[in-house]
Amino acid sequence: MKISELDSAIRTSLFEYLLRLGDDRVVLGQRMGDWCGHGPTLEEDIALTNITLDTVGHAATLLHLAGEVEGRGRDEDALAYLRDAIDFRNCLMVELPRGDFGFTVVRQFLFSAYSHVLFQALSTSSCEELAAIAQKIEKEVRYHVRYSSDWVVRLGDGTVESKDRVNDALTLLWGYTGELFESDSVEGKLVGLGIAVDSSTLRPPWMELVNQVFTLATLAVPATTPSMLTGARHGRHSEHLGHMLSEMQILPRSHPGAIW
Amino acid sequence: MSKLTIARAWELLDEVKDPEVPVISVVDLGIVRDLRYVGDCLEVVVTPTYSGCPALKVIESSIAEHLLANGVAKVEIKNIFAPPWTTDWITETGRAALKAYGIAPPGAAAIEQLVPFPRRPEPIIPCPFCNSASTQRRSQFGSTACKALYFCDGCNQPFEYFKAI
Repeated sequence: MKISELDSAIRTSLFEYLLRLGDDRVVLGQRMGDWCGHGPTLEEDIALTNITLDTVGHAATLLHLAGEVEGRGRDEDALAYLRDAIDFRNCLMVELPRGDFGFTVVRQFLFSAYSHVLFQALSTSSCEELAAIAQKIEKEVRYHVRYSSDWVVRLGDGTVESKDRVNDALTLLWGYTGELFESDSVEGKLVGLGIAVDSSTLRPPWMELVNQVFTLATLAVPATTPSMLTGARHGRHSEHLGHMLSEMQILPRSHPGAIW
Repeated sequence: MSKLTIARAWELLDEVKDPEVPVISVVDLGIVRDLRYVGDCLEVVVTPTYSGCPALKVIESSIAEHLLANGVAKVEIKNIFAPPWTTDWITETGRAALKAYGIAPPGAAAIEQLVPFPRRPEPIIPCPFCNSASTQRRSQFGSTACKALYFCDGCNQPFEYFKAI
């Protein structure tokens, strides 16, 4: 089915769902952009910024579609630059500051593996426009999974120092993984129509991919499961997001309509 | 004024080059998926190479400008995402142009292995300058989203590879 064929209640849920998908990527893209000019070597700097470029591209495509679904004339720029933190629907994991290189690659791997299973499932969405975008994103995310898993293995099975840093990152990040696989009523309305995928069903294939890479990296999933942090899909964010948005949004807010 | 034929419009599009790889036309790159008249308006259906490709907007405006400058009255660019672009759509002419420009053309777009161990042997990418098969990948990512960085042990110089997707 096409978006134009959906009734207004479904469109409201789909708008919210697309904001979650788009906001995850605009926020992570902004965080990753911090590496531009600061990568440990030129090749890694270029790799990280290429991944950033893809991620921001995915965000723009998804938010553009969200704007069309909403039907109030907001485009991807209006949605990214002119909303406040409380209106963002990204998960908590992506808004954490970039950390060191170990933290960056562990987060990128956990998130890219999640994106992979998510967009693989959405490739067969009953919503034509979403399925088309999902097929495109899924292909590009494969490169991100490969890049980040290569580094997780190299650092995890590396020196004492690199292993310690990766383990520290993992201990911190693990508590943010639960939120990725939470289902709720917004999603539920769409799952029934085959538009969205039930997030809880993504956890087993994600876990399988994570375990394969961790085995090679001689890493273990944290033994004591910390309490999972959540709430951001409903606008309850960490303090980090507001600070990040103030930097990201200052130009279009200070100079409305600026072009260059 | 009589309408420009579709065949002529394809010829015109073949003159529009990719701004980042200015030796390959948008037609040879495989991103123009369809060309048709809707009334008097010539609709150009384009698919992006990479979602975040910054060249896309420039490509779209170059297509429109070139067609308008050559007798097309009205142009509309339409974006589609499915089926997603693959490097398999790059024509033989396009591949030869890439190689002559110093960029190794892409191999067949196979499904990328996600967990890369044990790795399949990497395909050999011959050097576009000296054709040596003794090359190594330095980075999966290069100066643009579509390229990877290689080094040739034959002529001791770096080169770029248009990666298969």
